Amino acid sequence: MTQLVWNGLFVGSFYALVALGYSMVYGIIKLLNFAHGDLYMLGAFSGFAVLSALGGVSAAMTLPVLLAVLLLTMVSTGLAGVVLERVAYRPLRGAPRLSLLITAVGASFAIEYGMRIVAGPDPQVYPVRLSGTAFEVFGASLTLPQLVLIGVAVVLMVGLHLLVAKTREGRAMRAIALDPRTSSLMGIDVNAVISRTFFIGSALAGAAGVMAGAYYGKIDFLMGFLIGLKAFTAAVIGGIGNIPGTMLGGLVLGLLESFGTYWLGGEWRDVFAFGVLILFLTVRPTGLLGERVTERV
Amino acid sequence: MNETKAPEAPRKLGATAPRTRLSKLFDNRWAGLAGLLIALLAPFVNASDYALSIMTSAAIFAMLASGLNIVVGYTGLLDLGYAAFFAVGAYTSGVLATRFELPLLVTVPAVIVVTVIAGIIIGAPTLRLRSDYLAIVTLGFGEIIRITANNLPVTGGPSGIYGIPSLTDSPVTFYYVTVVIVAIAIIGASRLGRSRLGRAMRFVREDEDAAEATGVHTYRVKLAAYIAGAVWGGLAGVLFAGHLSAISPNSFTFLQSALVLMAVVLGGMGSVPGVVLGAIVISLLPELLRGVADYRYFIFGVLLIIVMLVRPQGLWPARSKEALK
Amino acid sequence: MTLLEVRELRLAFGGLVAIDGLSFSVGEAEIVSVIGPNGAGKTSAFNCVTGFYRPTGGTIAFDGKSLLGKRPSAVAAAGISRTFQNLRLFGELSVLDNVRAGSHLRLKQSVFDALLHTPRYRRTERECTAEANHWLDFVGLRGDRCSEARNLPYGEQRRVEIARALAREPRLLLLDEPAAGLNHAEKTEMLDLIRRIRDLGIAIVLIEHDMGLVMQVSERIVVLNFGKEIADGRPEEVRRDPAVIEAYLGSDTHA
Repeated sequence: MTQLVWNGLFVGSFYALVALGYSMVYGIIKLLNFAHGDLYMLGAFSGFAVLSALGGVSAAMTLPVLLAVLLLTMVSTGLAGVVLERVAYRPLRGAPRLSLLITAVGASFAIEYGMRIVAGPDPQVYPVRLSGTAFEVFGASLTLPQLVLIGVAVVLMVGLHLLVAKTREGRAMRAIALDPRTSSLMGIDVNAVISRTFFIGSALAGAAGVMAGAYYGKIDFLMGFLIGLKAFTAAVIGGIGNIPGTMLGGLVLGLLESFGTYWLGGEWRDVFAFGVLILFLTVRPTGLLGERVTERV
Repeated sequence: MNETKAPEAPRKLGATAPRTRLSKLFDNRWAGLAGLLIALLAPFVNASDYALSIMTSAAIFAMLASGLNIVVGYTGLLDLGYAAFFAVGAYTSGVLATRFELPLLVTVPAVIVVTVIAGIIIGAPTLRLRSDYLAIVTLGFGEIIRITANNLPVTGGPSGIYGIPSLTDSPVTFYYVTVVIVAIAIIGASRLGRSRLGRAMRFVREDEDAAEATGVHTYRVKLAAYIAGAVWGGLAGVLFAGHLSAISPNSFTFLQSALVLMAVVLGGMGSVPGVVLGAIVISLLPELLRGVADYRYFIFGVLLIIVMLVRPQGLWPARSKEALK
Repeated sequence: MTLLEVRELRLAFGGLVAIDGLSFSVGEAEIVSVIGPNGAGKTSAFNCVTGFYRPTGGTIAFDGKSLLGKRPSAVAAAGISRTFQNLRLFGELSVLDNVRAGSHLRLKQSVFDALLHTPRYRRTERECTAEANHWLDFVGLRGDRCSEARNLPYGEQRRVEIARALAREPRLLLLDEPAAGLNHAEKTEMLDLIRRIRDLGIAIVLIEHDMGLVMQVSERIVVLNFGKEIADGRPEEVRRDPAVIEAYLGSDTHA
């Protein structure tokens, strides 16, 4: 039981990290960045590239080196997100939503199969593998790396929350989410803020990618597809566009999956998750913490 | 003011209008006939089993594209899980044909019933959603169907179903049967587009509120589009099962849905000749460009972005000018 | 005989009260104008009547039957047509197709007719086009009917939108600022068009800012301010009403 909770929270914190980028971008420009999961994949691969270039990493140094790689990856994935927005999305701002969605699908394809050309179709084994002796807490066995990864995820999420809630930058983001035109009249550089939003969201996805690579040990060019869907599900559960809601949604989805897998069997895990997504969208499309919006004509 | 007041006699259409209409009519008919002629004559150029198989697949793919076009092109709903209906059709037909030893043709009514039900189950809860949510949910449904097929014993699990009887023994006959069925499906999709329902779909695509205000029950129209798309996809699935005689969950991945979407977008959303052309390009291009097989999907992805940025109406755009009368 | 009866209509978005106890009625073939400063709740009232907003309170009855809780298409089916303040044409469709939308409800054509091109399909399509042409003639459209609606000049697009609403053959037509953005000559034509529509026996509710037009065409005027009704009467009565003058010009205490 506690083991199920722990597993759920652990996986859920990954979902939450990836979902945040989804949610931020959606909140600010109402775009479902379909390629977001692929930025997670990109993060995993750029971490892989850096680690491979470093050669062997001694066991004692694993964690500090990983943290450095994490930062580096966040920067590079963040930049990739900025380029993606600049090339594929910005020219279409104001175009019909269908065009943007199709572009996003195209971007997702281009990133996935671009990586396939670079890295090949087969899964790559991560140069470092985080494993540690398990110890028992309240009857659940957990490992040090798990704790560290959750810790990193929490630090990133709290940092993001503070950024959006307390800083000038965050205020600009919230203003654009409400009304981009008025924001630009008030002197906010809308394009710059959107770029930075993509940077932050993509950097978080990249961080999750490295952590997943180091933890699970294997990465491949399609690894972002499923997590992208799951992250979207998490964002919807929590209330897309709402940052604390999205974090909550990630954890809730992790827990639901953990218990769902226990009851239904692992092969039905994804079906269960998507079923939850559809249920939420039908019954409460604004999510747990999203506010109700009156649709206007 | 006076000269514009209440013209009682029907106003003449622009002087050039009748001729352009006539020529457009021929445009479309000619294009369709020419396409059909090419399809019918192709086996005389190359009738190797391999070539026939590729051509049969291309024709089935064109049928899929014409079905997805009803949903995406006419109605403006992004469906990222279209392969689900393809799978439902193929599996329904495959299971019935192998378990009960029915001829493929006999399974068709059952396939129609099952795909209509699938369309309602998937569409009813999701079509009230905003269009971008709909896209992801359809993707989720696509995965649900595939994973379910992968896990259930009746669908043969990961290895799928094999030994499905074909419609005919000879690949050439099967190719011709396919071409005829696909041609009927394409004409049907095109006629649907020019009817009361097809117009309503376009009203929904253009402006849901304005459509409602003129009395179009937008939810029902969207559901109708979805069901039509499901039936087209399901019947294409029957052909697919008959063509390959073996089906497995791997044939119905997101990749398959995305490829059909690419055909529709590349060819021209809403344009029947366009999407057929798109389908043929997408399915035959890899055969012509064997050397770049690895780059294929990457190129498709980049192409999608470029088409949306540069030419959102596609290769062969839908006409919005009046043509027929 | 009363056609539309709105009683104590209330609409609130969260804490913001957009309409606060609006009551008015429209008789058969009557022209009623709803005026008031921007943000007074005029368009919101239209949206309540046509089912786009769900009112927080009050009743709306058309021809004796309640419209509450009906979706917009059902309201249209009941016999109410509308135009939109900011023109909502199907821009990428032809002008004729736009007007054909109005015939949607009356067109007796099944999917099988369409797939098999039955004689009924041909007949209904012919009728539908003839009707669309008829209404385009009625509104006096000069532009090309076969080209995309968005290519027409603004004034012509207004006419197409009205033709689309008329093709529904409504008993009541709601016009939301039909003269906005039109030049003087076009406004005169609009005035004439509104009268001709009424002469067909169709009642009209008009939201309009052009007071000249409102005073000339209306049989009755309802004045709204801050979601509340402040006057309801014949044009000459409303013109002299102190509350209306205050709402439009501001009272001395505010100055």
